[in-house]
Amino acid sequence: MTTILEVKGLAKSFHANTVLHDIDLDLQPGTTTAVVGSSGCGKTTLLRLIAGFEAPDDGTITIDGRQVASPESAVAPHRRGVGYVAQDGALFPHLTVGQNIGYGLRGTARGEVRARVSELLESVSLDASYASRRPHQLSGGQQQRVALARALARHPVLMLLDEPFSALDTGLRASTRKTVADLLTNAGVTTLLVTHDQEEAMSIADQVAVMRDGRFTQVGSPQQVYRHPIDRFTAEFLGDCISLPCTVASGVADCALGRIPVQGSTADGPATLVLRPEQLVATVVSDSERLDRVGTVIAADFLGHDVLLTIDPAGDTPPIIVRQHSLNPPPIDAKVRIEVLGNGVVLT
Amino acid sequence: MVAPPVSRPTAAVSRYDKTSRPGPLVTTTVAILVAATLIPLGYVAWAAVSVGWTRAYDLVVRPRVGELLFNTVALVVITVPLCVVVGVGVAWLVERTDLPGRGFWRPLFVAPLAVPAFVNSYAWVGVIPSLHGLWAGVLVSTLSYFPFMYLPVAATLRRLDPAVEESARALGSDSAGVFFRVVLPQLRLAILGGGLLIGVHLLAEFGAFAMLRFDTFTVAIFQQFQVTFDGAAGSMLAGVLVLLCLVLLVAEALARGRARFARIGSGVPRTATPIRLGRNMLPAQVGLAALTVFALGVPVWTILRWLWIGGADVWVLDDIASALGQTIGLATVAAALTTVLAFPVAWVAVRSSGVLARLVEGANYVTSSLPGIVTALALVTVTIHLARPLYQGVALIVFAYVLLFMPRALVNVRAGLAQVPPSLEEASRSLGSSPTATFLRVTLRLTAPAAAAGASLVFVAVATELTATLLLAPTGTRTLSMRFWSLSSELDYAAAAPYALVLVVLAIPVTLVLFRQSTKVAAL
Repeated sequence: MTTILEVKGLAKSFHANTVLHDIDLDLQPGTTTAVVGSSGCGKTTLLRLIAGFEAPDDGTITIDGRQVASPESAVAPHRRGVGYVAQDGALFPHLTVGQNIGYGLRGTARGEVRARVSELLESVSLDASYASRRPHQLSGGQQQRVALARALARHPVLMLLDEPFSALDTGLRASTRKTVADLLTNAGVTTLLVTHDQEEAMSIADQVAVMRDGRFTQVGSPQQVYRHPIDRFTAEFLGDCISLPCTVASGVADCALGRIPVQGSTADGPATLVLRPEQLVATVVSDSERLDRVGTVIAADFLGHDVLLTIDPAGDTPPIIVRQHSLNPPPIDAKVRIEVLGNGVVLT
Repeated sequence: MVAPPVSRPTAAVSRYDKTSRPGPLVTTTVAILVAATLIPLGYVAWAAVSVGWTRAYDLVVRPRVGELLFNTVALVVITVPLCVVVGVGVAWLVERTDLPGRGFWRPLFVAPLAVPAFVNSYAWVGVIPSLHGLWAGVLVSTLSYFPFMYLPVAATLRRLDPAVEESARALGSDSAGVFFRVVLPQLRLAILGGGLLIGVHLLAEFGAFAMLRFDTFTVAIFQQFQVTFDGAAGSMLAGVLVLLCLVLLVAEALARGRARFARIGSGVPRTATPIRLGRNMLPAQVGLAALTVFALGVPVWTILRWLWIGGADVWVLDDIASALGQTIGLATVAAALTTVLAFPVAWVAVRSSGVLARLVEGANYVTSSLPGIVTALALVTVTIHLARPLYQGVALIVFAYVLLFMPRALVNVRAGLAQVPPSLEEASRSLGSSPTATFLRVTLRLTAPAAAAGASLVFVAVATELTATLLLAPTGTRTLSMRFWSLSSELDYAAAAPYALVLVVLAIPVTLVLFRQSTKVAAL
């Protein structure tokens, strides 16, 4: 199988302000990759470079075996065979939904276009009667789906999605995300999506690339980047972290919560142990059970299905936050024992 | 005369620098246009240099120039503040109080723009034949130009966030305090913009003041031109006029400073609660009615009266038809050409941030403020010395119209282009359309309404233009305004009335366009 998108050593700067440094990225056929990072980190620029709206200063972009951009030459956007869905959908306001979807099908017979439009509308779960509506008569989620259908009409080898769900409100976002993810998977279109929403990235993608200040800090499967972050930024960007000072000896970290096995090979000596809050479980212990490592609950924040417990461990370790289900949580001032599930990650 | 506010330099979008760098065709067109807009200033500079220092000094420092300077400065200094008072007062009454019938009043105070100032003078001279001099000039120009103040101020008043005024109320200000301490400061930009526009019109107007026997620089330059044609005295007067104009521009720029008012916070502002006029209701109603009578009633009544007096005899139909035909022909060609040429300029202004964009805006800003007579004189001189065959040709007068009225098309086309998000063009590109196809299928299509509005503004401006037309029109040209002017100069007021009526009727639809634009919040 060939790589659909191959990005090598890509760099771009605007007015002496370097936005992307030495980006490498490969996309395998039929997979979805999410580039996630905070706003201004360069992820949209990466997408615009691949789409052809900007030209790189350095590095190459190869789509389906054809080099489309290098510092010397660039293929124009309309000759790249790439689908692009902008943040707000960018539907043409002067055309109907049907005309929007048929925009890229110039030169196709009229009847064929109509059939294709209906087919595409159906594939994004919209009734064929929507074809005669105007973009402003659609909800945000519907506009986004029409934009996707429009981009799919030309059978692109690569689909680029620029924060496609960020303009939608929370409820709509989850459902639209699901529809789009299923659709793209079924159509087998290789997709590159940029987002600032970690949860969105991990739920939709086969491969997640975490970006910071124009560089990828880590690229891997959602599980890999979440469970085994390679640096503190990646760890904290993808979710809450509990960091504890520890001493590592032969694959086991000794810290305030006990001896915890760590992932991978780590040099022995003092280090920082990183755990996810859901790895910790606090259970109430009776006063008689005077064991080691018993902490005191000093605050409990009720969040609906979860409760956040702030626990003061004995000794001079700072308080630890434990997130667990909210059924019968330990009361404040209760003595609890913290158990750790799974392995920890050691960062230096 | 109908005119949009003068365009002004703004910061351009800088993000899309590389892909949207203008191509050679656009760059060349724009560069030629910029060079052309510099002709009037170049002419004045050239004239000053070629006349020589001592002669120029003699021509400028003489009692006649002093008299003109006094008249012109007094006119501006009295009329502009009067327009501020009238324009802001009317806008505030209509937009912010419980005055009944605001839907009726709103368009009524834009309507005076449909009456060219020289028709207004003709109307007032018809009512009071002895009317002349400075105060006559102030009266007629205030009535003709206060809508230039009313329009932007009313639009700004509608946009102001009432929450700010409510906060001022809660902090202890009464109605008057809120107006002077909170509302008026926020209107500053609108007032300065409107004031500049009125000042520029006052400097440029010829017909209205000539009819009132009130000598301003423009009137004197025109008379000088008729006597000596390409004379040094005329060009020196033009030089002083250009200086006055630059003084206005600089004064406005200094007064404006770096002020930018933005509404802080998000969401759509609520409409303000109308202020109760109470006992002041009657005076307010009477004042607005009186203004309407003076600004609209007098011209309409005079035109109708002369038509009544003239009867069927004044309707020389083939003469009117030929004047109408020529006017529509010239105005259509000029409007179409100006709008087409406005596209590359607007494109550069909106989509790129280079030196060219700033140069375009700056050049346009200055030249658009120069009186038409300076542009006309410059073109006469340049063609006589450098391109004799063009002199008194149709091409030259159309070119003059393009220079004079480019900003009207540009303001609209630029606003239209700015409202086409680059993301739409990118979507089109990613769907396989080439840049040219994208321009035709998306950009042009979405900009069309704005371009049409711009073209119609240029159309009416050309149709009612008098000064440059009189100077540059080929022999035998008889436009509506030229016919009106020659008949009313012969004091044949009845025969001039049909032409005045046709001029006003031509301008009405475009005035409505202008009114609709200003009521749309996003416009301008």
